[in-house]
Order: sequence, then structure tokens, then C-alpha cells
Amino acid sequence: MSGSAFPFLSVLIILPVLGSLVVPFMSRNRAGQIKGWALLVSLVTLAVAGAMLSAFRSGTADMQFVEQAPWFPGLGISYHLGVDGISLLLVVLTALLTPVALGASWREMESRPKEYAVFLLLLEAGMIGAFVALDLVLFFLFWEAMLIPMYLIIGICGGDRRIYAAFKFFLYTAVGSLLMLLAIIGLAVLYKGQAGQYSFDLVQLQTVRVPAQLGMWMFLAFALAFAIKVPVFPFHAWLPDAYTQAPTAMLVLATMMVKVGAYGFLRFGLTLFPQQMVSVAPVFMVLAVVGVVYAGLVAIVQKDIVRLVAYSSVGHMAFIVLGIFSFTAQGISGATLQMLNHSISTGGLFVLVAMLSERTKTTTISGLGGLASRWPVLGALFTLVMFSSAGLPGLNGFVGEFLILLGAFQVQPVAAVIAGTGVVLAAIYLLWMFQRTLHGADCGAGQGMGDLSRREVLTLVPLVALILWIGLFPTSLLGRMESSVAGVVSQVERVSPASFRAQVTEIPQLFQLDR
Amino acid sequence: MQLDFSAMGIDVAAVTPIMVLGVLGMAVLVLGLFVGKDQGGLLAGFCLGGLAVAAATIVPLLGSHRSAFAGMMAVDNFYLFFATISIAVTALAVLLSATYLDRTGLAHPEYYGLLVFGAVGMLVLVSASQLVVLLLGIELLSLSLYVLAGFAHTRLASEEAALKYFLLGSFSAGLLIYGIALIYGATGTLDYAGIAKAIKAQQGLDPMLLIGMGLVLVGFAFKLSFVPFHMWVPDVYEGSPTPVTAYMAVGTKAAVFAALVRLLSTAFPGLQAEWGPVLAVLAALTVIVGNVAAVRQTNIKRLLGYSSISHAGYVLMAVVAGGGIGNDAALFYLVAYTVMNFGAFAVIVAVSEGREERLELSDYAGLAKRNPWLAAAMAIFMLSLSGAPFTAGFLGKLYVFSAAIQGGLLWLALIGVATSLVAFYYYLKVVVVMYMAEPRGERATFGPTFSMAAVVVVALFFTLQLGILPGLFVNLSQLPVAQGLGL
Repeated sequence: MSGSAFPFLSVLIILPVLGSLVVPFMSRNRAGQIKGWALLVSLVTLAVAGAMLSAFRSGTADMQFVEQAPWFPGLGISYHLGVDGISLLLVVLTALLTPVALGASWREMESRPKEYAVFLLLLEAGMIGAFVALDLVLFFLFWEAMLIPMYLIIGICGGDRRIYAAFKFFLYTAVGSLLMLLAIIGLAVLYKGQAGQYSFDLVQLQTVRVPAQLGMWMFLAFALAFAIKVPVFPFHAWLPDAYTQAPTAMLVLATMMVKVGAYGFLRFGLTLFPQQMVSVAPVFMVLAVVGVVYAGLVAIVQKDIVRLVAYSSVGHMAFIVLGIFSFTAQGISGATLQMLNHSISTGGLFVLVAMLSERTKTTTISGLGGLASRWPVLGALFTLVMFSSAGLPGLNGFVGEFLILLGAFQVQPVAAVIAGTGVVLAAIYLLWMFQRTLHGADCGAGQGMGDLSRREVLTLVPLVALILWIGLFPTSLLGRMESSVAGVVSQVERVSPASFRAQVTEIPQLFQLDR
Repeated sequence: MQLDFSAMGIDVAAVTPIMVLGVLGMAVLVLGLFVGKDQGGLLAGFCLGGLAVAAATIVPLLGSHRSAFAGMMAVDNFYLFFATISIAVTALAVLLSATYLDRTGLAHPEYYGLLVFGAVGMLVLVSASQLVVLLLGIELLSLSLYVLAGFAHTRLASEEAALKYFLLGSFSAGLLIYGIALIYGATGTLDYAGIAKAIKAQQGLDPMLLIGMGLVLVGFAFKLSFVPFHMWVPDVYEGSPTPVTAYMAVGTKAAVFAALVRLLSTAFPGLQAEWGPVLAVLAALTVIVGNVAAVRQTNIKRLLGYSSISHAGYVLMAVVAGGGIGNDAALFYLVAYTVMNFGAFAVIVAVSEGREERLELSDYAGLAKRNPWLAAAMAIFMLSLSGAPFTAGFLGKLYVFSAAIQGGLLWLALIGVATSLVAFYYYLKVVVVMYMAEPRGERATFGPTFSMAAVVVVALFFTLQLGILPGLFVNLSQLPVAQGLGL
């Protein structure tokens, strides 16, 4: 605990909320003012997140910047926040992606500036809250609270089939989360039976002794919620629809939202149900591998870029799940890193596709072609982000995928080998799409439109910088999460020593490229 | 000759709130003779003043724990808590009605009198600890409501509502009375404490007692619209003037539930093994039918009617689960339900135009564009009713499910969760229509009047306060409300 200095986490949650509360009072006709305000709020939030990043002490698995206060004492619900090496970077990246999303949606926002600004800021607050909540009810609140702005973004600002997509998205995610709510309550009731009072606090609930069979059911309720959110194959059906209908530039934040599912496995799954996590690991590894291959194959045949990137997103997330369920330090570090990478590269692709479709008015692959020669800056950035997504060595995606495969290989060599083909598939569908849209004969769509504007380039700069930075100096991030990953792995080690196969200290040395 | 008040258990202090309300109601009727039709605001203001006085008389009683009138009435925090809610709901209904009555041309002074008499009934009901007083409270409340339901005499639907409500209401009252008689026959007493004692002393189960209890519960089931005794709700809610619907849906429910909790926990704790499973099944049916039937509704009042049926089911879940947490949960849920539902009805009133009420879902199309504030308020009420995070509704549901699981009723909690999902669907439908559908044709915006806006704001404030900072004013979970109920 780092004393009771500055309540970073509360500020990070409250700032966007307060910012969004101001928006309804602004005049609808002055879109520029509203957008400027939202950007200002998100940049201040980012500054706070940056300050927190520099105040964070590496080398400990403890929660930092902890805040704790009773919230609803009758049921033992507390306002308990904290970050460790795993959630820290996710929080910071969320704060970074919000201004990026704003920048990317700048023109799209003209028509409904208020809605965009409010939902975007609320979504940011909800995600940050979910990443830092250490009380299960609080986590659940933020988890559900993310849903509503996302639902409304899709439903109000989305494409032609927006209402269908919004409902599908909502129902899928709500089904999982309500069962999780019951499991959460179940834990609190068990805790009451053993400790005499209700509690939803993650730290206290860790001590609950759960009967084996009941524990499995409870874990499955949690796992279903997380698996739908991630989404793990075969729970992914909501994603392509939701992603195609949502305003494309917003998807850069949606890629962060699905991380809450993966993060949930790490934070809540492993802390509360290590035994159950270990025993279902084979199932999840199989699902992950199937997901990787399936998403890769389906992505190849997509006719629309957004749908193609959506399926590639499913594949990337399956990789992350594979890493988590390997329970090795490499796998989990890789998964955590890949959580960041995925938002950077897939999010970046979405931003670029949005910029592209603003010019061409279509995202159908067959209707595009030869765009790189017309818009060289767009083409160049697209190339870089695409290679990052495909996992080219020297860029960020490679590090994460490599660590995940390394981790998985130690546990299930076959799984790692099959998942490895996913990397190849990714290269195929991305390069093929790239070839058909940016090269070849000029399609004629969007003739007369200019290359990327300064605003658009500025939007992409942080993502490009991160792609290169993580690719070249991965240890700067891996070092921060190292202790927390070791802590997580040791939780597994407690229940099943055999699965602890790798020494944590090896990881940074694997990537000494910066020395 | 000197009257010995104490021997008769006459305890004037205990009933001051009730007496104040009674006097207020009569004063309003008399005052109504001298007040012009266009001065409805004056009467409403007078009512609000009187209600404030009644609320003030509650304060000195807080913390007391005694019975008055030879055990007929209980004076405890439970009574005072629900008395406060009843008075608050009545005040909100008065506020909501003031301009509504002018708009719809229904301004008659008796209206306010009836609202206040209804409040008298609620207070009697929540303090009743004897079966006849219980009956008295229910009838007092119902009589006012029968008339209020038909108050919009210019509309056929309102007349139909009143008649339906009256017929089914008197039918259920008949069952209640018959049940009371059987209980008296089996135990020789009408007093809750006496009944509990008699049950304890009995060997085996007396079928007459069981039938009596069953009939009394059926009477309650009618009033609280448990499935399958809910048929009257949609028609009555739809037909009644909207402020009356709000008053009926919220006030009645809170008061009658309070009476039910007191009856079950002080008179029939010994028969929990009998009423527990029956009520559990009723709760399950109620949430299922209420929520599923609401999905198909296109009239907003009918939709809220079915939704209120389902909310009664959730409260009943908590009551069945019992124990300290069960009653706390029921209490919290009722308060949450009161503010969010009343708020929703207030928005409906505000959206109505002139004599015409705008009740079809399609009338809400594009409301977000025509009146963004009203639409935002309605969206928050809908989200809260559906149990979305950071609203009163979420904590209410969390509380109820916790109580159910604690009480070993996992199956009930599962049904509750599954039906919540259905509920999400139809509440969101309202949000979708308001925000995502285009308005049909140009409509003059008919904004809320000041008093309507006030009701919306108050309801909105508490809906969010209970959801975001539940411990801000009173910690509902830690009030010693249930003390004295033997929990």
C-alpha cells in the first residue's frame, strides 16, 4: 500500500463521469465545443493516469493506491479499489485510447456530438472501474455499467441493423453476467456462514472454503460471463454483428472492453477458484486453439474489412485465453502484454478502417483497391499497424504471441503448435486484404479525397509509437507486471505445484533487445 | 363518571399521525366547497402542508415499541417507517395531480380528500396487529381507490377500471373476512400475538386454521397482484388517471406488503413451513408471468402494470426468504420500487398532452429529441426498474437475490435472475423507442409543469442516490425497522 496519498483511482473514475455530466448542458449546435470538452476531459484523465504510472512501484505484487471505505454495510459491500502490475497498464491504456477514439470519431461525431461524448466518457469510467475494483459487487457494477453506454452507442449511433445488433450484444453479455451475480452472492453467503458477516471483498473472499462441487458451478458461472465477454469460441456470435454495426472508430474502445473478460479470468478466476481454473484448463485451451484457427479461417473469407478485423479480434483474444490457461509465467505475461497489444493494433486497424471508409464510403473489400498509391500516408500507417497485428518480429504483436506460445508449449506442446498456425492464418488474411484494398487497380471510390489530415495523423501517433516501443523495448512493460504475474502464478502453484513450470525471472531476459 | 383511558389501552399519542390525516381529509372536503375550480393549487398546497404536519407527528414516536388499543395497533419503527413512506407517496401524488387535474379538466376538491383518506388507510394498515384493524385499513384504502380509479369519469376506460377494481376488490375482501372468521374460530382470538400463541399451543395442524390463513393470504394476493390473482391490474392501471395509478401502484403496494410482513412474522411464524412454499411458488409465478406478459405490451401504462406485478414478485421473494436479511431486502426493494416507479409514472403524466393522454409506446418515439431531459429521466427510471448498475433497482435486486440464496431458495433466485433478463428486454424497449426511433410526425412539445418536474426530480434524485451512495442519508440496511417483529 502506498499510503493514502492521492486517490488516483477514484479520480480516474470520477473525472470522466463528471465530464460527461457537463455535456447535456452544452448547446447541441456547437459540436466543436462539445468535442473539445470531451477531449479535454479525456486528456486530463490521461494525465492523471500517467502520473499514476510514474508513481507506481514495480517489484511488488501488492495492490497499490488502495482505497477502501464501506459502501453498503448491510451487505458488507465496500468501495475497494487498487491496481497491481496487471491492471495498471490496462488502466493507462484505457485512458490513452479514449482520446484516440475521440480523435478518430471527430467527424462522425458532428451529427450526434452529445451522445458520443457522454457515452464515450461513461464507457471509459466503467472500464477503468472494472479494472481497479477489488470488491466483487463493485466490479459487477462497473462490468454492467460498461454495457449500457456501449449498448447505446451501437443502438443510437450505429449502422442500419443497429437495434438488432445492440440487443444481441446486450442479451449475450447480460445472460452471462447475471449468473455471475448469483455466484458472487453465493460466495458472500458462504463467507457469512464461515465468518459471521457478509462480505464481497476479493481479499476476504479468498479465504472462503467452497465445497468442491458447488465451487465448480460457481466458477462456471464466472467463467461463462468472462467467456462471453472475451469472447471465447463458441460464445463469439455477438461480436461480429456488434462490431459491424457500431461506429467503427468507437471500436478502439470496444477492444478494451473485451479485455475486462480476460482480465476477469486472471484477477477473479485465479484468485477465487484456482483449483477449478486448473481443472478446466484443458477445455479452455482446446477452445482457445479452436478459436484461433476458426477465427483465422473465417476471417479469410470475409467480404467486409470491418468483419474481417472483427474476426481477427476473436482470434487474438483466443490467443490471450491460451496464454492465461497455460498458468506459466511466460504465458500469463504474454497474455497480459497481448491484451495491450490487441487494443493497440486491432484498435489501430479499426481507426484506420474508419478513416478509410470516411473517404470511400464503403468497407467492402471488392469495392476497394489501389488506395495506397493515392493516399501514401494512410497506406504506410495501415501497413505498419497491419504488420503489428500479424505479429511481425520487431513490432509489439510478436512479443506477446511469442511469450504465449512459449508458455503454452511447456504445458501443451500440441496446442501451441496448432495455435501457431493461427499466426500464419493471420498473415494470410491480413496480407490478402491488404493486397486487395490498398494495392492493385484503383477502385475509383473516394476519388478526390485527400490523404490523412494532421488531426488524423495525430490520432494515430500514440498507437504507432506504442507499436514500435513495445516491439523494441518490451522489458519496460514486462518489468512492471513481473511481480504481479509471479503472484498470480504462485496462486496456481499453491493448488497444483506441477503446473508451475517456469521461473519468472527468465522472462525479462528473454527480451534483452534493449540492452 | 370518569373514563379510564389506560384500561382500554387508548393511546392518543400513537395515533396522532392518523388523526392528523383524518382531520386533514375532512378539512379538504369542507375547504373544497369554498374554493373555486380554478384554484386547485390552493387545495394541493393545503394538503401538502397537512401532510407535512402529519409527518412531523411521527418524529416523537420514533424508537417507541409498544402496542396500543389493547393490542390492536403496534407502535414501532416498522409502522413509523412505512407511515413515512405512505405520507411521502401521498404528498408526491398530490404534487403530481395538481396540474394534471387542471389539464385534464378533472379538478374536483374531493380528489385530494380521497388521496388523504387513502393515506389514513395505509397508516392503519401498517400499524394493524389485529385482524379486524387490518381489514379496516385495507377497506379504508380500497374505498378511496375505487372512487379515484373512476375519477376520470369522462373516459369509459376509467369507469371500467373502477368497476373492475371494485368488483374484484370486494370479492377479495370477502375472502379476507371469511378467512379472518375461520382463524377466529380456530384460535379464539383476532390478535396477532394471541394467534401465534394459540398456534404454538396446538398439537398438529388445525385444517380450519390453515384454510383461514389460506383465505387471508389470497386476500392479500389480490391486493398485491400475485399471479394468478393479478388479472385486474393491467386494465385498472391503464384506465385510472395516471397519478392515481402511480399512487395505487406504489403506495398501496408498500403498505399492504408491510401489513403482510407483520402478519406473517408476528401471527404465523409457527406456520412458516406451510405458507413458505406456497408463497415461494406464488413469487416464482408472479415474476415469470409479470415479466413475460410485459414484453408484448405496447401501452406504457399496461407495461408498467405488468412490471409492477413482477416487482411484487421480487418483494415476495424476499419476504419468503425471511430472516433478518429477507425483511431488510423487502424493505429496501419497496423503497427503491417506490421512487423509481413513481418517477416513471410522473414522466408519463408529464408527457400527456391536454385532455389526451399519450400512452402508446409509439408516442414516446423520439422523445429524446423533443424533450431530452424528460427522456433522460425516463431512461434512468427504466434502467433502474430493470436493475441496471448504480441505480436503486440494482441494489434492490442484489439484496433480494442475496436474501433468497441465504434462505436456501437458490431455485427462486435463478428464476429471479432469468426473469430479470426478460425485464431488461422490455424496459430497454422503452429506451430504444425514446432514443433510437424517429418521432412520428411533428408534435407540439408539452413540457412538464413545475410541480410535475418537481416530482420527477425528487424521484430521480432518490433513484440515483440509493444506487450510487446508498449510505448517504439513512442507511436503510441498518435501520432498526424490523425490531419488534420477532426476527
